[in-house]
Amino acid sequence: MSKYAILIYEDQARYATMSPEAWGALVDAHNTFTKQVFELGGSLAGGEALASTTTATTIKGGSTVTDGPFVETKEALGGFYVVEARDLDHAVEIAKLCPAPFGGVEVRPVVDPTTNPF
Amino acid sequence: MQADAVAAALAQAHRSEWAFVLSATVRVAGDLDVAEECAQEAYVSALQAWTRDGVPERPGAWLTTAARNHARDRLRREVTLRRKLPLLVEPATVDPHDPADLDWPDAAVPDDRLRLVFTCCHPTLAPEARVALTLRLVCGVPTPDVARAFLVSEPTMAARITRAKKKISEARIPYRVPGRAELPERLDSVLTAVHLLFSTGHTAGEGKALVREELCDRALHLARTLAALLPEQAETRGLLGLLLLTDARRATRTDEQGRLLLLADQDRTRWDQRAILEGLTVTAGALASGPPGRFTLQAAIAGVHAMAPSLEQTDWPRVVHLYDRLLAVWNTPVVALNRAAAVAFADGPAAALPLLDELTTDPRLADYPYLPATRANLLHRLGDAAGAAQSYRRAMELTANAAERAFLEQRLAEVSRAAGAEPAPG
Repeated sequence: MSKYAILIYEDQARYATMSPEAWGALVDAHNTFTKQVFELGGSLAGGEALASTTTATTIKGGSTVTDGPFVETKEALGGFYVVEARDLDHAVEIAKLCPAPFGGVEVRPVVDPTTNPF
Repeated sequence: MQADAVAAALAQAHRSEWAFVLSATVRVAGDLDVAEECAQEAYVSALQAWTRDGVPERPGAWLTTAARNHARDRLRREVTLRRKLPLLVEPATVDPHDPADLDWPDAAVPDDRLRLVFTCCHPTLAPEARVALTLRLVCGVPTPDVARAFLVSEPTMAARITRAKKKISEARIPYRVPGRAELPERLDSVLTAVHLLFSTGHTAGEGKALVREELCDRALHLARTLAALLPEQAETRGLLGLLLLTDARRATRTDEQGRLLLLADQDRTRWDQRAILEGLTVTAGALASGPPGRFTLQAAIAGVHAMAPSLEQTDWPRVVHLYDRLLAVWNTPVVALNRAAAVAFADGPAAALPLLDELTTDPRLADYPYLPATRANLLHRLGDAAGAAQSYRRAMELTANAAERAFLEQRLAEVSRAAGAEPAPG
């Protein structure tokens, strides 16, 4: 099994205007997804939802501190999961079920730091 | 043994057995790059061994055993290093003491070639990387030649191939044939890559005749292999039929000056009848295997043209009918354009013009030279020389291909003369 990060990129403006019911439904969808990961033969190794990019602080070059996200985009990183999957096919199969109604997800292999893969 | 006879046998073995050798070695090496090096070493060691002992009865089996032995030696030497690198497949999936693996049973090895093809054409790789990887890994074509075929610089192509191989290894794209449920979709990605390979060869510009023919031959060989390995998937035979029937016209596609010849102007007596016969047989088989897919339907259309004694005596209503069915399974504006061109023959240019007008608003065809070229042809046939000239000029702006440009120039000159001879309208 290998680790993959599922990065959720979405239009955050849509979250600001969503109803409490829609928010509740989305939370339920994420709870369902965390169960589906195991049903598909994978496992969950972590994951968090992130607050809006308007709360972000960026530090470049180790010293310059600015308000806002590292890169300003309409669809921004809003959360992530780390899953264990057999291979990329399996990871993609899992990631297809990850809720991201206002954007999409990106699957990235997690690196074993004992070797430099770059 | 004569050096040139050995060299010829080696060249032949490279052409026909490379995919066998590499794909079987990947399972032992667990890594594409290592497997490639071991396969190359096997061909190098064959030169000496075959000169000494003669060419073996089954060169592919000899080379596969040699390449796998190189891979095993390396694994033993580098066991600690290798353990740290991500492996494409666990080397343990091959038992070195299993005689079935060593003796190269015919049933097991085709699977390996399919594994290699499905990995190279994995949908998570960029389409242009899929074609390049297929040419490099499945066909064993060196990177400089792959670069030339796609008209990009060697460093660009080397980077493209390296990036794709790295993704296969780092992201762990599995080295396996997809399961039954996902096979049709994954197969489509493979067939598309092979078709693109063929089209690249078929439409390559003037002055690249050798590269062009080589690409067409490679694509045909791949299509043949896929049809032999996955006969129950009718689309593999559909693709083979399509390539055979298209390739049968290879000699007549351009004139002595390399200028493009339309179907109407091609010398049909020079079409390769053997390829046509085989193409028709293969296509008929695919058509009889259930609801036809897009490659089978395109092959059927090519088949109607191949059987027609002339452009006028083509069964155009049948062509239109096949395009209708093709649109139902593969609705793209290019198919709709080709259908309109067939309608022009079946029902006259006036019936086809409104169909083209609908397509001119499609943004996907905005830069497609065949749309204004087709339009120009229809207008010319309807007697509108000025309109035809305007459309030919537009088509010329859009094409980068020398042979196609020369063709359009010639047509433009013809309609311009006609327009000049007529009194100006109004």
